[in-house]
Amino acid sequence: MIRVDGVTVVYRERAALRDVSVTIEPGERVAIIGPNGAGKSTLLRVIAGLLRPTTGTVELGGNRVDRLERLAVARRLSVVPQLPVLPFATTVEEVVALGRLPHEHPIRGMRPGDRAAVAAAIERVGVGHLLGRDARELSLGERQLVLLAMAVAQDAGVLVLDEPTVHLDLRHQVEVMELLGDLNTRDGTTILAVLHDLGLAAHFFGRLILLDHGRVVADGAPAEVLAPERIREVFGVDPSFVRLGDDRQVRQVPHPSTRATLPT
Amino acid sequence: MPSRAGILAARPASRSGASLVRRPLVVAAIGIALLLTALVAGIAAGSVTIAPADTLGILARRLLGLDIAPTWTAAAETIVVDLRLPRVLTAMVVGGGLAVAGAAFQGLLRNPLADPYVLGTASGAALGAAIAVLIPVRALILQFGLLHALAFLGALTAVTVVYRLSRVGASAPMTSLLLTGYAVGSLLAAGLAMAMYLSGTGLRQIFSYLLGGFDASSWIRLAVAAPLIGLASLAILLRARSLNGMLLGEEAAAHLGVDVRRERAILLALASLATAASVAISGLIGFVGLVAPHVVRLLVGPNARLVLPLAALLGASLMVGADLVARLLGEIPVGVVTAVIGAPFFLALLRRAHAGYEL
Repeated sequence: MIRVDGVTVVYRERAALRDVSVTIEPGERVAIIGPNGAGKSTLLRVIAGLLRPTTGTVELGGNRVDRLERLAVARRLSVVPQLPVLPFATTVEEVVALGRLPHEHPIRGMRPGDRAAVAAAIERVGVGHLLGRDARELSLGERQLVLLAMAVAQDAGVLVLDEPTVHLDLRHQVEVMELLGDLNTRDGTTILAVLHDLGLAAHFFGRLILLDHGRVVADGAPAEVLAPERIREVFGVDPSFVRLGDDRQVRQVPHPSTRATLPT
Repeated sequence: MPSRAGILAARPASRSGASLVRRPLVVAAIGIALLLTALVAGIAAGSVTIAPADTLGILARRLLGLDIAPTWTAAAETIVVDLRLPRVLTAMVVGGGLAVAGAAFQGLLRNPLADPYVLGTASGAALGAAIAVLIPVRALILQFGLLHALAFLGALTAVTVVYRLSRVGASAPMTSLLLTGYAVGSLLAAGLAMAMYLSGTGLRQIFSYLLGGFDASSWIRLAVAAPLIGLASLAILLRARSLNGMLLGEEAAAHLGVDVRRERAILLALASLATAASVAISGLIGFVGLVAPHVVRLLVGPNARLVLPLAALLGASLMVGADLVARLLGEIPVGVVTAVIGAPFFLALLRRAHAGYEL
């Protein structure tokens, strides 16, 4: 369980998060949404223990995350990192294998179980065709998938993603969302993702947390969180761009040419 | 030239799948064979030629205690045991230590151009040595003089200063470390230039320190430096996991369970210790610590668990070989040999592998 309790983060005299309290149960699938600068990534960093809150506490499985060893955090929670600049030629397989660092033997390195986990993650994320390639030669989207495979190989119970689909084409966006759903329902992995695409968020996640100016302004089912007046208020966009369908589907229908003339 | 292009052209496609397991063993076997050959050649060759069979005989008799009837002179035995053996072993330990330190600095700073001297160890040691030459005290304790002591302390002090200075308000610690290292290094180089200007007849001594060499090796010096270098290298090897985590950057390393602040400080300290002990007994010898880790990475990939021990093997072999060449050319400074061999080799390496190996 992840319990964020009364967390405020002040960055250079600016509050990035204000009194945020959120509880995420094991096996939940939660998307964090909100405009740019709302504090979404800050919340992820606080939960991952990378950033110490100015006030408030974060607990991971009943332990204060800032009191846990990094290794203990990494065994409970994996984060898909930002695209890095690799200093040396590194094959895709070697990158995915880094996901086993928290589990491998400190001296002997990877054991057969670790290799199996790497192979399984590669298979599951569908990056087998990239195996022998130097990760630096891949497209941004391919690299994003490889890093996702690494985090899956970490096998940590909680998977945290910041904009996992940003470099992906439509097909891969849907595939990644389906993979996250599969990890959630089949393996019971808790999924916590920051998403910009409200359509994907509403379609694939049962619970949305909407942040604005560092505060939680809504937390609940998509239809409830994405109420038209709230979308207008938080995103400053006419809600007709974000249509709720018959089921709880939400589709973004961008019509840039008509944007200026729409009534508000 | 298919055979010459082979090793590098085969990368990176061939470095996957089953070869991930087998290839390092082959490289290790070649490395060990290379090192043994270099050691025997280094002991056998020199201004007095001693047959390889006699060399092996002397070593077997003295080191393994085998009862072999001597087919060699007593002078040959003295040359082998008291002069050449400590010398090649010192070259081996220093070469291995610099290679491990170089690999650690490259991994830690995430910069392929880093070498063991990048954070001021070289300029600190050089200034220390130069100051020692200027001070008219010539006492030796256990064959260690002021020069060794000040070179060792100078190297460690320089790194400590660089580390402390770089931590002030740094948001990008690694870049800050590199730039601080450069700035402090420049300052120390100015000090060195001044010391050389003032040194008069000591200039030659300072100069020979700067170029490095193993002609002053002895069992006692080896006995003091080898444990320092060996233990520091071993401790770095045991932290291979942290270096691997840092491949993807510091934030990713933290997500993968590495306590980045702590590991960075420990690895910096260990690599600097190995470097300081090396430069104290052998002077500044360049390129081995830069090139050896790169060659190994091209063969087995960036996994520090493989890179560190294999780079140690290669660095040791290279250094013993370079010292042998230096001796055969009439005791020229070994730093000249490593630069002449290392620089073109490094350039060739970069050209061959340009597709998969950009700096």
